[in-house]
Amino acid sequence: MPSEPLLELICPAGSLPALKAAVDHGADGVYLGFKDNTNARNFSGLNFDEAAIRQGVEYAHAKGRKVLLALNTYPQPGEVARWQRAVDRAADICMDAVILADPGLMAYAARTHPDLRLHLSVQGSATSYEAIEFYRERFGIQRAVLPRVLSLAQVEAVAANTEVELELFGFGGLCVMVEGRCLLSSYATGDSPNTCGVCSPAHAVRWQQTPKGMETRLNGVLIDRYADDEKAGYPTLCKGRFEVQGETYYALEEPTSLNTLEMLPEMARLGIAAIKIEGRQRSPAYVAQVTQVWRAAIDAVKRAPESFAVAPAWHGQLDKVSEGSMHTLGAYYRPWK
Amino acid sequence: MQLPAIPRPLARVVGALPAFPASLAFSAAGNLAAWPALRGLDWGEVRGRRFCVHVRDLGLKLYFSVGRKGFVPEVASSADVTFTATTEDFVRLGLRLEDPDTLFFNRRLLIEGDTDLGLRVKNMLDGVEFEELTRRLPAGLGQVVTGLRQRAQMQA
Repeated sequence: MPSEPLLELICPAGSLPALKAAVDHGADGVYLGFKDNTNARNFSGLNFDEAAIRQGVEYAHAKGRKVLLALNTYPQPGEVARWQRAVDRAADICMDAVILADPGLMAYAARTHPDLRLHLSVQGSATSYEAIEFYRERFGIQRAVLPRVLSLAQVEAVAANTEVELELFGFGGLCVMVEGRCLLSSYATGDSPNTCGVCSPAHAVRWQQTPKGMETRLNGVLIDRYADDEKAGYPTLCKGRFEVQGETYYALEEPTSLNTLEMLPEMARLGIAAIKIEGRQRSPAYVAQVTQVWRAAIDAVKRAPESFAVAPAWHGQLDKVSEGSMHTLGAYYRPWK
Repeated sequence: MQLPAIPRPLARVVGALPAFPASLAFSAAGNLAAWPALRGLDWGEVRGRRFCVHVRDLGLKLYFSVGRKGFVPEVASSADVTFTATTEDFVRLGLRLEDPDTLFFNRRLLIEGDTDLGLRVKNMLDGVEFEELTRRLPAGLGQVVTGLRQRAQMQA
């Protein structure tokens, strides 16, 4: 009987070269999506067509790695069949698991393809063991990706009360951390991750260099202006700077990246099954760089958790590719309760 | 990999050149070197749209579109989408050493105009394997490009 997974490294792939970069640099699993709105990175030109996905699965499986399919948007009225066909395709392609958010789709998958492994997407927004157990009892989910809103103490409480494997985000861009429940993009553009698979769809984004700096507009609304020496962030409403009572600042949050390298020993102690790296929209170069660092860190913590120390070079390499000028432990580190 | 900075006098000379001959040369070179590996991509949504590659340190703007047979130089002084970066960063992007989002965060890459079109092309190119690109380059050039990339990776 295979042993319980511990700290599997799950890396993003928006293209076949990114998948190969992840596999070649030590990912235990790769997650990806089809070229449509059935996944939450529905960007033009990104993701996998039928040929690429079959090649990718073959490449990963030949090296003993897993491929997970993100089907983590919510079927829209009148279009449910597209999401169901996507589940059928996943089973046909021999995906190692599908990552779902919608209970209706889970019911379909569990009924139609009982052998297909189900993971609960972060977009499902399940933050308690009661919610996770509900999905397990009803649909047989075997893993849940936890939203980035829980402190590590809260993660521990969840882990102690469910047999479902837990997957935590380890690295990547942070949003306002109400995954699955955020309406900001929809408010500004009409498109949201849950419905269209995009936050700040590219058709609504305009960048322009002006004498005052580089301006970012979302659906015509100025959301930020960067001086020449300032780093830029993704064009999302949550990371814009707004004038509030005569003062202009990051009124919702500052562009920052999550980086939890230093929490790896604690995550190992909790028996966390997998660490997820964000960034299916990023290029193969990013995937290679980030996967390499996290492989080394996870190997180190598995070898000797007591003496594990974050190598300064790891932070250096990760900060280089990060959004924002700093990284954070996000909600994981929150001494107050 | 550090490439030498472009000397200012050279940049002034290049920047003063008329855009069309440079666009013509760029398209011809692109058709020779890259098109064989790129022709199989789904260019449907991209055909006929005008691109500008603005090489900031050279003051050079290259205009082109993508037709059925490859890159087509454009006379236009406006484009649907414009990519601005330095020579070194364009080379690093071409060699797949750099992630475009990283360059964007660091203000080394600017995409102006139709963002969706820019993103589409970026993602399409990311989907082509580097080895596939170099394999189809004219004899000799592929080895040079691969060698450059390997040297840069070892320095990193």
